[in-house]
Amino acid sequence: MSTDTKPDISIDRSIGDFSYDMNYEFDAGVGLSEKTIDYIADVKDDPEWIRKFRKDAYKKFLEKPMPTNWASHDLDNIVFENIRYYLSQGTQPKRSWDDVPEEMKKTFERLGIPEQERKFLAGVEAQFDSEAAYSNIKAAVGEQGVIFVGSTEGLHKHPEIFKKWFGKVIPTGDNKFSALNSAVFSGGSFIYVPPGVKVKHPLQAYFRINAESFGQFERTLIIADEGAEVMYMEGCTAPKFETSTLHSAVVELVAMKGAKIQYVTVQNWSPNVFNLVTKRGLAHEEAEIKWIDCNIGSRLTMKYPGVVMKGRKARGEVISIALASDGQHQDTGAKMIHAADETTSNIVSKSISIGTGRSTYRGMVHVPKHLKGCKNNTECDALLINSHSRTDTYPSITVRGQGNACQHEASVSQISEEQIFYMQQRGISEGAAMSLAVNGFVNDLVQQFPMEYSVELKRLIDLEMEGSVG
Amino acid sequence: MSTSLAEPVVDSETSWPAWFREQQAAAMGEFEGTPSPNRKMESWRYADFAAADISGFQPAGPLQNEGRIINSSNGLPEFSAKLVFGNNTLLHQDTARLPEGVILKSLDAAAREDEALFRKYFMAQPVELGSHKYAALHKARLTTGAMLYVPKNVEVELPIEIFHWVEGENASIFPHTLIVCGENSKVTVVDRFQSADGKRAFACGVNDLHLERGANLTYVAVQDWAKESVAYHINSTIVDKDASSTALNINFGGGFVRGESLSRMVGEGARSVMLSLNPMDGTRQIDQRTLQDHAAPNATSDLLYLNSLDDTARTIFAGLIKVEEGAHRTDAYQKVRNLMLSDDAEANSMPGLEILADDVRCTHGATSGEINEDELFYMEARGIRKTDGRRLIINGFFQTLLERLDSEPLRAELGKQVSSRLGVPY
Repeated sequence: MSTDTKPDISIDRSIGDFSYDMNYEFDAGVGLSEKTIDYIADVKDDPEWIRKFRKDAYKKFLEKPMPTNWASHDLDNIVFENIRYYLSQGTQPKRSWDDVPEEMKKTFERLGIPEQERKFLAGVEAQFDSEAAYSNIKAAVGEQGVIFVGSTEGLHKHPEIFKKWFGKVIPTGDNKFSALNSAVFSGGSFIYVPPGVKVKHPLQAYFRINAESFGQFERTLIIADEGAEVMYMEGCTAPKFETSTLHSAVVELVAMKGAKIQYVTVQNWSPNVFNLVTKRGLAHEEAEIKWIDCNIGSRLTMKYPGVVMKGRKARGEVISIALASDGQHQDTGAKMIHAADETTSNIVSKSISIGTGRSTYRGMVHVPKHLKGCKNNTECDALLINSHSRTDTYPSITVRGQGNACQHEASVSQISEEQIFYMQQRGISEGAAMSLAVNGFVNDLVQQFPMEYSVELKRLIDLEMEGSVG
Repeated sequence: MSTSLAEPVVDSETSWPAWFREQQAAAMGEFEGTPSPNRKMESWRYADFAAADISGFQPAGPLQNEGRIINSSNGLPEFSAKLVFGNNTLLHQDTARLPEGVILKSLDAAAREDEALFRKYFMAQPVELGSHKYAALHKARLTTGAMLYVPKNVEVELPIEIFHWVEGENASIFPHTLIVCGENSKVTVVDRFQSADGKRAFACGVNDLHLERGANLTYVAVQDWAKESVAYHINSTIVDKDASSTALNINFGGGFVRGESLSRMVGEGARSVMLSLNPMDGTRQIDQRTLQDHAAPNATSDLLYLNSLDDTARTIFAGLIKVEEGAHRTDAYQKVRNLMLSDDAEANSMPGLEILADDVRCTHGATSGEINEDELFYMEARGIRKTDGRRLIINGFFQTLLERLDSEPLRAELGKQVSSRLGVPY
């Protein structure tokens, strides 16, 4: 991306003088039942149709089986009865800086995360105040008529747009976890970009921490009207310490005719988190949806961003980087549904497995009958660092009819000894050489991230690579 | 003769030893106790269960045209031995020219006369790719089959031809070929699956190939069942140290064909080449599942499956390269190519990788595309009509795969068959 669209990061983040009205210290208790849902709906003052939507979703959640016929059996370790489904900000458990693991403190230091943010990210402070930065962006885009609010606010203040698209891209019953999210969602963003408006600043959930955007069951809906353009970024490279073990978000994107949406994610949950996310975009005629997805953290991530190309010449793209370290399983991929002529899609996935880490690519490409001129290109490359590392690739490609072209290629390799030898000969230590090689492997993808993200990503890869040799 | 496939074969129709009859009874129990494949099973993803249904079939009856079948069992002009099976019975065997020590006989004879060998290798490899229910049926209803054993250091120069015929409406047959290649032996075997009368039938076949150290096997299966037939073909290849197997499955016929091919590299330096050639048209469907299992280091596997899809043909390819822990320096390759010839055809490709070792080179690819218009134009400009040009391109697409076979006469014979089916001069 060009430098003029970079966010203004020179704001003073050291100001910790936040004022947040903590008048809702709610806790829906442990476990899930109709009562929990009523409780959430009451607290959030949901309109009746949302309450019904939640309850229908809850039924679907109960009906849907766990996808363990194809997915990791680690999912069986999720105990739904032990999870808190709604916890407002004020009631999050407190932790002192001394309790924060040393590893994590070191990581913050190396990444150059500001002191104030470190505390938030480590879970020491319930909130990190960035209201100033947030309102700057909000003011800037507000002038253009852009709506950028939390999902609850969106649903209350802009029901006419919200209702039209909410739950339309990802039906409630899409999978067990989208049903769960639909039943208990809170937090996330609602964005509407009016026709022809090109949002210069990438909109960042990072700056909106106060507004529940890091919720366990966040729900994001982004609509770019005709010819509009927007880039949205969520997450950050710093590890986020979490006590809750299940995160299940639903993200829906709608790109109207000629619109462009880019959605950038950097996921770095702590390694106790199940991160099970459903993300899908609907691209109308000549619209373009691009998911840029980077997964570094969590215990098990299952995430397959998708694009339904509904209009002629629509375009979908998924750029994915996964880094699976010891004990982690990054099960990521992409889903491309071609539903109109001359639609094109591109998937580039690179994964790195370190130690006992396992990375999995799962992809689905679907070109239905009587379409012409559809093209898909899929490339998956996996890098294995240690002898216990594991990588899997499970693509599935359905093509009906002639006049379309699909190609899929995957390769698995390890870092070439020659490369390492070459670098060592020039005085670079083995560890540093490995880091360089891994960074080189993902470099072309990392460059697609906004600048400050890509810098941090590189540092993070260096960190992860430390101690993986020998 | 019994009327249902779920009824066991009666004693008078078989010559198995008693101990195998017991195993068959257990297999029938397993068949009946195993749930039918369904949508929830990953190994049956995209499968067409209606097309795969076998409920309308009965056991094959006695042959009406035995003499004609034997006379039509002609493959390569030169061969070292020939077996002809029809409706689950051995009709003809010509094994006189085989080198000394080579065993080629009916399976039931082998069970009686070479019990140790039979017990060691017969269906020793469990069925892992989804059709274990049908493998149990196969075992339960098996009356005969081919057993080949090539002893250590023996080279069988000319190919061995084995014919499996089916005759009769809705008849069911259970062809079986078991090949054991001793250390450093070498042999080429051609299995030919044919319909005697062009009537709808059911075939449920198993072939197991075992290669001991340094052995070299070329195995070709040419399947040409009648258009409406349902067929399950379950293959396994176990390759030991430094042995090399090349297996080619050609599917000319069948309305629904489910093919499962497993190659397991169990010794260092093992090599398995897995090829398949499938010209698909009409309403025919082929559902292929493969596994390249690298259980030992330094081994190679190379898979290439080619499909052409005309009319409303449908293909499924689900392949997996599995590199087990410690199988370092694995070199595995997998590719499926679909040539789409019609707007109503459907190709499903699921090329998979599971890698648990780090020092490996594994690649897979899947492509689906149409005939290149430029190539057609080039030919048209030289006076070749478009329809002929299309056929030439399809023919060329398949002929390249046959070049992977070592044997020149085999290449020529199969090349001719492919060309004649496409209406192209060879």
